[in-house]
Amino acid sequence: MSRMSAYVNKKQDMMFIPFITAGDPCEEATVELACVLQSAGANALELGIPYSDPLADGPVIQKASKRALSHGMSLLQSLRLVKKIRLRGVKIPVIIFTYFNLLLQLGEENFFREAKENEIDGLLVPDLPYEESRELAASCSMHGISLISLVAPTTSEKRLRKIGADAQGFLYCVSSLGVTGVRRRFHPDVFPFLERVRRACDLPVAVGFGISSGAQVEELREHADGYIVGSAIVSEVGKRADRLKNEDTRFEALQEISDFLNKNLLAKHKVVE
Amino acid sequence: MIREQKEMERNTGKKGRFGEFGGQYVPETLMHALLELEQGFQEAIHDPSFLDEYRQILKDYSGRPTPVMHCKRLSEEFGGAQIYLKREDLNHTGAHKINNAVGQALLAMRMGKKRIIAETGAGQHGVATATVAAYFGLPCKVFMGAVDVERQALNVFRMKLLGAEVVPVSTGNGTLKDAINEALRYWAANVEDTAYIDGSVVGPHPYPTMVRDFQRIIGDEARRQMIEKTGKLPDAACACVGGGSNAMGLFTAFLQDPVLLYGAEAGGKGTDTGEHAATLTKGRLGVIHGAMTYLLQDKDGQIIEPYSISAGLDYPGIGPEHAFLAKSGRAHYEAITDKEAIDALITLSVREGILPALESAHGLALAIKKAKTMRHDQTILVCLSGRGDKDVHTILHVLNQKNEGSGKA
Repeated sequence: MSRMSAYVNKKQDMMFIPFITAGDPCEEATVELACVLQSAGANALELGIPYSDPLADGPVIQKASKRALSHGMSLLQSLRLVKKIRLRGVKIPVIIFTYFNLLLQLGEENFFREAKENEIDGLLVPDLPYEESRELAASCSMHGISLISLVAPTTSEKRLRKIGADAQGFLYCVSSLGVTGVRRRFHPDVFPFLERVRRACDLPVAVGFGISSGAQVEELREHADGYIVGSAIVSEVGKRADRLKNEDTRFEALQEISDFLNKNLLAKHKVVE
Repeated sequence: MIREQKEMERNTGKKGRFGEFGGQYVPETLMHALLELEQGFQEAIHDPSFLDEYRQILKDYSGRPTPVMHCKRLSEEFGGAQIYLKREDLNHTGAHKINNAVGQALLAMRMGKKRIIAETGAGQHGVATATVAAYFGLPCKVFMGAVDVERQALNVFRMKLLGAEVVPVSTGNGTLKDAINEALRYWAANVEDTAYIDGSVVGPHPYPTMVRDFQRIIGDEARRQMIEKTGKLPDAACACVGGGSNAMGLFTAFLQDPVLLYGAEAGGKGTDTGEHAATLTKGRLGVIHGAMTYLLQDKDGQIIEPYSISAGLDYPGIGPEHAFLAKSGRAHYEAITDKEAIDALITLSVREGILPALESAHGLALAIKKAKTMRHDQTILVCLSGRGDKDVHTILHVLNQKNEGSGKA
């Protein structure tokens, strides 16, 4: 059994899948944050690769990209950072979230070699829709990496069945139209949409985009197997960027982020054992 | 236009591809909108009544067909080929951008969209879109980089005067590429009732094909007009290329003809300086704004901000069909520097009494270079894509600097 299916499966009760940007605000902080997120009960970690033109992302993650790029973070460095994260005892699956151009420039061969060396479990390319991702999906299967697919409320029934049939790992359901970022409300069609997704796909279903509160998580519990939180966490990181960069204040800032997670985001049962 | 598109699809075997270029590299949230747009466009372009309406509006509202004129004094000055201009500068709003804006706005209404959005760099496409929005009575938002909002205050005012809302984009570097990102993001959140009117032959399929098809009226008219005027096809055709919509509009009519095709990229301060927008000369294969094409990027794949004196050529990518034409050798692309463009602008003003846009002056500069190497009885057709009134401040500034500089030296 792969690490992905051991940690991410339908038997888990409402899986928590956090997203952080690699190198935001510095590499050391990313390693520490990964540890905090694992202790907070994360079932998998989505590691975002900073990009100059993040089309699917809202302002919070755009700013995180900028912070990480300001000291030259790259896809290659991010992949190698995962080894440091593993050495610190992070055992949950790590999913690399990268825009396609970065992957293209690194080269597929280099990517898979580094992914293996650094124990990467999944890959999510937000600007590679089903039609453009077939070759990459085949390579991923060959290398034992799950290529995570996204579906949206606007995804047609026919498309949903196609994507669902070929999906790997889990299916990422976009809760609302637009970009990543905190929202007060879900798209009105989100619940019927999630039902459609469950009918179309046997894999676990996780919901992302706009989730920022435990109340939202409770709302989703009946309809999904897990939830993804990006901007809400990255925003807390952003507020403490300077303190996270500084060794003397890092621990305190991490503790605050850990408290924030426990207070605001985790479903009740998830509070750290 | 349909025939050639079919040929292209046959050649590549993949929808929305020009060889390896093009495609749809966008988030899933946009796929529904793109599939819907593609279907809507295919139906419209096969509907004679849609095409009639498009042509009628361009005739009555924009004064098409625009003339082709022989530049007698300019041609004499260089002693080479006879230079002809396709006068897109005489369109309503002063540039070719209106052709595409009318086409896409008509399509938006046909598809039941209630609002339109657009991106703009220098402001020409924004003005064209704001204009058609006023004409059709559609609410309109134009996304414009915050830096460009500062630089192009006059066009910002024009858009507002026309009733459009100008949204300054301060993410990224606050320029055209960021305005496109933000327009696409906004579109993803509002796809259900909003149409995105893309200003160039860039972006995900079907935009490069659709914008080309709404711009090919330039080349189709010019081809007929050249034959009427000279009894033959031109020997060469030339245009400037940022994203490349006026060039694709011109080239498409001549792709099957024995006509040399030249595209002028913005060489800025020189292609060795790092301050340029010469995508084909200096770019590498990658993905920008949903399309596989050549783009200016660093070793990791982060997109690099381009530079040109002409805001309309200041784009780090290039339309995927141009990438295809360059790679296949059907069209040739060369970089023209700021200085060469300014020289061409002054020459045309003085010799023919026409002040071209800085963008178009790049095309003209390359055409002059080529004309010099051609025979007196040969002809070269240049797309004069826009008029230069919008650029007088920039030109004044450059010429003042030059004068001060030469004073000190």
